[in-house]
Amino acid sequence: MSKIIEGLLYSESHEWVRAENGTAEIGITDYAQKSLGNIVYVDMPDEDDEVSQNEEFGAVESVKAASDLYSPVSGTVTEKNDALEDEPGLLNKDPYGNWIIRVSLSDLSELDSLMDAAAYKEFLDKEAH
Amino acid sequence: MEELKKTCLYDSHIALGAQMSPFGGFMMPIQYSDIISEHNAVRHACGMFDVSHMGEIFVSGPDAERFANHIFTNDVSGMIPGKILYGMMLYPDGGTVDDLLVYRLPQTFLFVVNAANIDKDFAWMKQAAEGWNVSVENRSEEWGEIALQGPEAESMAAKALGMDLSDLVFYTFKEVGNVLVSRTGYTGEDGFEFYASAEEIRRIWDALLSAGTVPCGLGCRDTLRFEVGLPLYGHELGENISPLEAGLGIFVKLDKEEFIGKEATAALKADGLKRKIVGIELEDKAIPRSGYPVEIDGRQIGEVTTGYNSISTGKSVCMAMLDAEFAVPGTNVEIRIRKKTFPGKVCKKRFYDKNYKRN
Repeated sequence: MSKIIEGLLYSESHEWVRAENGTAEIGITDYAQKSLGNIVYVDMPDEDDEVSQNEEFGAVESVKAASDLYSPVSGTVTEKNDALEDEPGLLNKDPYGNWIIRVSLSDLSELDSLMDAAAYKEFLDKEAH
Repeated sequence: MEELKKTCLYDSHIALGAQMSPFGGFMMPIQYSDIISEHNAVRHACGMFDVSHMGEIFVSGPDAERFANHIFTNDVSGMIPGKILYGMMLYPDGGTVDDLLVYRLPQTFLFVVNAANIDKDFAWMKQAAEGWNVSVENRSEEWGEIALQGPEAESMAAKALGMDLSDLVFYTFKEVGNVLVSRTGYTGEDGFEFYASAEEIRRIWDALLSAGTVPCGLGCRDTLRFEVGLPLYGHELGENISPLEAGLGIFVKLDKEEFIGKEATAALKADGLKRKIVGIELEDKAIPRSGYPVEIDGRQIGEVTTGYNSISTGKSVCMAMLDAEFAVPGTNVEIRIRKKTFPGKVCKKRFYDKNYKRN
């Protein structure tokens, strides 16, 4: 069973968003890290880069393959998680405790298009069938 | 689409909770726990692989030796029973049909070929055999195979199977009961490959498992073979790739009287290679994957054939097919990975030293 955390918002491409006061932390879900296996590299955008909802903003690479990251929201990158450069496996160990980028949101209404924990759980149950 | 085949160990993979995926027409285990742990088990202790998907084609009859030399690039003449040779079968134009091992049995030559190529190879060999006094038999379905690999493989075989393999020399085999055991593998470590009936293979697998051997999937089989610079058909070898371009010239005996593809290979050698497979080491940790372009000053000079963040060394490295003029160690290149390019340096295509037991 994949872990899902209350209070976060989720995308269909298995990113999570922790939104607060017009900024958001973005990471990947437990389901995503399990599907990928050992994560060995995280390709992150730079500070001040623009990201757009549902558009690619980087990639996580497991031993086997690269998997694109899609931004669940639009905005400007204010910070990337430098700890992931030295220890990308943190995303396997604690996917909800390690965000990948922080974004200053440009359109708060986009948050309404994301799933809450219950909806994401339902989404995963459907994907499994 | 053709239905995927299952090996005789399929039920065991499912019971062990393996992540299964199609490979070479078979449903195969990619990993049981995770690729890194399985990879390290083989490098530092031992692990076992179900490689029953590999093909076993037998060549026998009065012309067997001459015919084997006709279709195989290495030289089988004078091979004594118990010996094994690595080499290729080539097309007349010098491209590669497959890379394979040839086992010299008393009356027969056993060709062990890649799973994805079994049907193609068998058809090729049958066609080549027309007019020769030989029989070519595909017995892949009857045979299972396990690879036991790693520095502790020999002691594990003794403990779990009661087999004393200490006298078995690298690239030779012997029969232990109904099992053919060779000191071969595809990981760069010491180890053995066991060929037997499905029933016998299941017994060996269970005995090795009970004794604590780590089951390993095809995921780490690829990272292991890659680190020591071994080729994988479809990546470093293929219909359009000569073994010379892959740096495997020592397995192509151009001094043999004849073999299919000899003239084209000799001509390629005489004219000089236009492209070569090399290693590239990146400065960054970004991972060069198969098919990514290799560039110099924005101009493409080749492409990646296999790449990983090497588990044993931690470095991002790849094998790549480059225009020959740039296939020189020390040459600075760039690899295009998604939207960016990353600097790298051409190096030898062996990123980790082999640890064979050459007694």
